Amino acid sequence: MKKHNLLARVIIIVVVTLLGLYAVIGPRHRPTLQDFKWSGIKQSLANNIHLGLDLQGGSHLVMRVKTEEFLKRLTDEDFVAAQNAAKDAGYDLKGGRADTGPGNYHIVVEPADPTKIAEIKDAVQKKVELGDTSVWNYSGSGGVLTWSMTSAAERTLADNATTQALNIIESRINALGVTEPTLQTHGAQTSHQILLQMPGVQDPERVKNVLQGESRLELVHVISPPSPQPTQTFATEAEAIASLNSAGTVPPNRKVVPYQERQDAAADPKQPKPRQWVVIEVPAIIDGSELRNASAIQSQGGRADDFEIDFSLKKAGADKFGAWTGSHINEYMGVVLNGEVRSIAFIKSQIYDRGQISGRFTKQTAEDLALTLRSGALPAPIEYLEERTVGPSLGADSIKAGVRASLVGLALVIVFMLFYYRGSGVNAVVALILNMILMMAGLIVFGATLTLPGIAGIILTIGMAVDSNVLIFERIREELRSGKTIPSAVDLGFNRAFITIIDTHVTTIISSLFLFVFGTGPIRGFAVTLVIGLLINLFSAVYVSRTIFIWLLSRKKMESLSI
Amino acid sequence: MFQILHDVNIDWLGNRRWFIGISVLLMLLGLGSAIFRQATGRQAFNLGVDFKGGTVVTARFKQRPPDDAIRSALVSKGINDAVVQPVTDRNDTVLIKVPLEGEGQDGRARVREALSTFGTETPATTELEADPNAAYKIVGTDAVGAIAGAQLRNKAIAVTLAALVGILIYIAVRFEWTYGAAAVIAVFHDVLVTLGFFSIFQLEVSLTVIAALLTLVGFSVNDTIVVFDRIRENRKLHRRDSLYKVTNDSINQTLSRTVIANGLVFLSVLAMVLFGGDVLRGFSLALFIGVVFGTYSSVAVASPIMVWWEQRLEAANRAAALSFNQPVRGGGTRSPAKATGREPITPRARKAGRA
Repeated sequence: MKKHNLLARVIIIVVVTLLGLYAVIGPRHRPTLQDFKWSGIKQSLANNIHLGLDLQGGSHLVMRVKTEEFLKRLTDEDFVAAQNAAKDAGYDLKGGRADTGPGNYHIVVEPADPTKIAEIKDAVQKKVELGDTSVWNYSGSGGVLTWSMTSAAERTLADNATTQALNIIESRINALGVTEPTLQTHGAQTSHQILLQMPGVQDPERVKNVLQGESRLELVHVISPPSPQPTQTFATEAEAIASLNSAGTVPPNRKVVPYQERQDAAADPKQPKPRQWVVIEVPAIIDGSELRNASAIQSQGGRADDFEIDFSLKKAGADKFGAWTGSHINEYMGVVLNGEVRSIAFIKSQIYDRGQISGRFTKQTAEDLALTLRSGALPAPIEYLEERTVGPSLGADSIKAGVRASLVGLALVIVFMLFYYRGSGVNAVVALILNMILMMAGLIVFGATLTLPGIAGIILTIGMAVDSNVLIFERIREELRSGKTIPSAVDLGFNRAFITIIDTHVTTIISSLFLFVFGTGPIRGFAVTLVIGLLINLFSAVYVSRTIFIWLLSRKKMESLSI
Repeated sequence: MFQILHDVNIDWLGNRRWFIGISVLLMLLGLGSAIFRQATGRQAFNLGVDFKGGTVVTARFKQRPPDDAIRSALVSKGINDAVVQPVTDRNDTVLIKVPLEGEGQDGRARVREALSTFGTETPATTELEADPNAAYKIVGTDAVGAIAGAQLRNKAIAVTLAALVGILIYIAVRFEWTYGAAAVIAVFHDVLVTLGFFSIFQLEVSLTVIAALLTLVGFSVNDTIVVFDRIRENRKLHRRDSLYKVTNDSINQTLSRTVIANGLVFLSVLAMVLFGGDVLRGFSLALFIGVVFGTYSSVAVASPIMVWWEQRLEAANRAAALSFNQPVRGGGTRSPAKATGREPITPRARKAGRA
């Protein structure tokens, strides 16, 4: 034990302690006198520590993108397009189907004349993107044309849909003005889950609704005799299908969709008009991807709580829309939202780039719908898997309970150590308190959040820190009993106990790393504090405690050691 | 120097049959409870919403209505199988647990509808105390769907097993693989016994309980390693002693540390049970049971298994050495040179070691 060694040790410890103290209670701005008062220190502490949602209050939502529905729609649409392409090229079809299920997406087209398969394939692939062999595997055996989606494409498309959904959700969250949200993918990549954390949000109902809005907007041609005759509607789905005269099936270029007719403003809102059905043409004239803007406006002549959506189209969409409306004067056009017709109007004159969606919206629902339309349609619906909301008062209760339990535990430990190990107990207490400070500093420096299970991790760290001290002290006592001199007993005690301490710490750190890498939420918060606490403990319980012993032994020749 | 428990000389391994017997009995009790409950159509474990799915609404009242009134308000809104559970450390707050129904996750909205019979709710932005007209406020919700529940459950199990494998490998590298296996078996035992308690007393198993079990894994291995470390050291110092004696000595030498350190952890956990409130209760209870058995298992499970295993290997190695180094099942990886450094252990030698 040399002198210069001691000096270097003391300098390292003082510097680390000061840095730790600064990280924990230092202000992140130019310090003022206020920052040195008790209230200022508390304020800085509160600013520096990131509290988890369970402690500060907020909402935690886990949602899943239903990518299977995205793939289903894609397959169905391509199937319809393939049939249309074959018919347009002059080939009769006997039948066909689209299979949709995870790992099993097929398009089957059965021509009336099996010898024409090759020609039909060419005709279809010229118009529909089924020729991409990285997505669709073609086979022409058994008198039918079959396109099967490759499993690689299934994965890629599903992943893309999730990424797209994530982007759209992000823009919606920003439009809603949620402060400091955290949005990220969650769990395994194949689970297609998204985690959204919103600090301070106590009632996530509105956010949930806005995020869930699929907002698939289409402007379609409604099959009906032209104005001035009324729109052709049907009371039941079966009636609508029967009107198509195609033996109970819906031809590929038609679709039967529900239609909720708009009520008169004066009518009793509690008595909605019955649901009706209309036949529309497939594909739609234009869809929501052509939207330039959408906003909520008050309906003309409507009541104060009656709102509608006013939308405008991008240049390309407006051109397409203008051309179509110009050639269909007096026919009926429908606005379809998420597969349901919201309003039908006849075309008085050519329309280019504006339209309305009416449907008795309240101000809030109209604004939310406009917001989701602006952000774009979700590629697939989302469902909520997990929702956790903690009010700030509940969070404050948790902090109180956690702090109280930690302090009682800490006090018990300190009293015992001072009683049992006397002078050396002071060592242990200094090491323990330094451990607490540096642990907080570690959490702050690494930007980790402190959660309720994190507090549990702190309590376990207190336990392990005391264990290290007990191991060392008991060992020193043993060496003293076996007749060693005080300096060599201290040396041996530290050296021998250190091996054990390393083994116990490394094992616990290994298991905590597993928890951190593979665990979620609370498990992770626990692992973070434990790992940081244990690493710091190697410094505080071994290095600092030993330095204190070195200092004690260097001052005078000791007759006895208070241990 | 005030001290407890030094120079003790207890023959721990001599009681190994008792120890192992008690452990097996406890594990069987827990397992029996789980199987019996499952077989009779009840739940093996009282799984919380984290694993089972469902909604827990935490509601705070100015004047908390009786539990029965809340229950009947819920029933009147069609929520028949809700559990109303008062929070023990705040008498103005109740937990309302609604089981998962179908795909719907509107538990919060439905509970809110039922609670509105007691008065109006404070808006999200104001505190309950600050609103003179409000009667209650929903201060927290946990809603977990079936998919998420299964996912959390599987993940918790997978992570625990992965952590155990990591521990096994580390101890195998630092000691011998028999030591690692014995430590992991002991940890497994602790987890099973703790889970057994949770099944027998139908305590709720939530995510925080899993965190506690993981803590327990760390704690128990920690305790076992302290003993094993001492065994490793003593084997080098006292090459002539049998493993049986060395193990007993090592347990005795580390006994004061075990009692003091684990006693303090025990007290801290007790503080958590008493002062940690309801939010920490599941965690602290699991840890409370775990600390007791984690300490017990280092002495009573890990050490006897390790000694028994090592003795078998050495006997096999000796047999192999005698029969011209023919490979022997289970002992093939061990070099004879390593084995000869240790004293062969026969039942007679063991008795001598005890005396």
